[in-house]
Amino acid sequence: MTAALRRMARDPELRPVWGACLTLSAAVGVFAVSFGVGAVSAGASVAQTCVMSLLVFTGASQFSAVSVIGAGGSAASAMGGAVLLAARNGVYGLAMSRRLPAGRLATRLLAAQWTIDETTAMSAAQPDARRSRAAFWITGASLYCCWNIGTLIGALAGQAIDPLAYGLDAAFPAGYVAMIWPLLAERRSAMAAGLGAVICLALIPFTPVGVPILCAALAVLIGVRR
Amino acid sequence: MTWGLVLGLAAFAYAFKVIGLVVVGDRRIPPALDRCLMLIPAALVAALVVKDTFSSGQSLVLDARAAGVAAAVVAAWRRAPLLVVIVLGAAVTAGVRRLG
Repeated sequence: MTAALRRMARDPELRPVWGACLTLSAAVGVFAVSFGVGAVSAGASVAQTCVMSLLVFTGASQFSAVSVIGAGGSAASAMGGAVLLAARNGVYGLAMSRRLPAGRLATRLLAAQWTIDETTAMSAAQPDARRSRAAFWITGASLYCCWNIGTLIGALAGQAIDPLAYGLDAAFPAGYVAMIWPLLAERRSAMAAGLGAVICLALIPFTPVGVPILCAALAVLIGVRR
Repeated sequence: MTWGLVLGLAAFAYAFKVIGLVVVGDRRIPPALDRCLMLIPAALVAALVVKDTFSSGQSLVLDARAAGVAAAVVAAWRRAPLLVVIVLGAAVTAGVRRLG
């Protein structure tokens, strides 16, 4: 794995991917710090906070679980919302299974842990299969490091910078815009994107958090017709 | 916060990821289904963009993020590198937020 990453670091074709990954990871790292702070102040121990980032590794679910607990909710209600938010990673897994090669089982099990919003989007943004795979692994490795280091810092520090003051909450949608831009050149992808966005917007006020994104996946059904 | 919640959530989260990745795997699937799966990133990432831009919990809101993401759309359309798009989106949002 580290050897493969080192090879990717020397590949000039992948330089833009590295640059983009490191920017994204920096933003993710700041959010991880605020997650660490939030989790500890919601009553989690430092160990629980860090284990959550290491094992759960899907930011939206973690934030949701911590905020429910912090607001005095039960473990069951914290779990319900967080699981709904995590379900979309299953859909990303379906998409990534067509892009990642078969490989060894151990590789697949590691790839599974890193199958989240950012890695799927970065991978889909690449022009060919080779760069698509490389972008998945580079993004996965750098985000995993930044997310966990940031969580530890936040959990220990208890006090940190406010991500909102730097507009970092908009760094994610801005990045996603750039990532899907190349996909929109293809007519069917553009239609799926438009339909997915409309479904999501329409459902946000009426369904629990997490459901709109899941339902947006129905937009892919336009692929049924040739 | 209990260990049960931490580990239970970890198990659910990993189960979703693994099932997605392994259930289809490299199996031969009908071309129509393959076409649908290839559209997943476009549909879901577009949905993430509108959610992260226009929502706060279950309410739809229009705030500084919309300005930042609008700037990002222009930058992406002008073929700016991803790094520039991200920094610009965050900077414009922070600027508008400070003014507002």
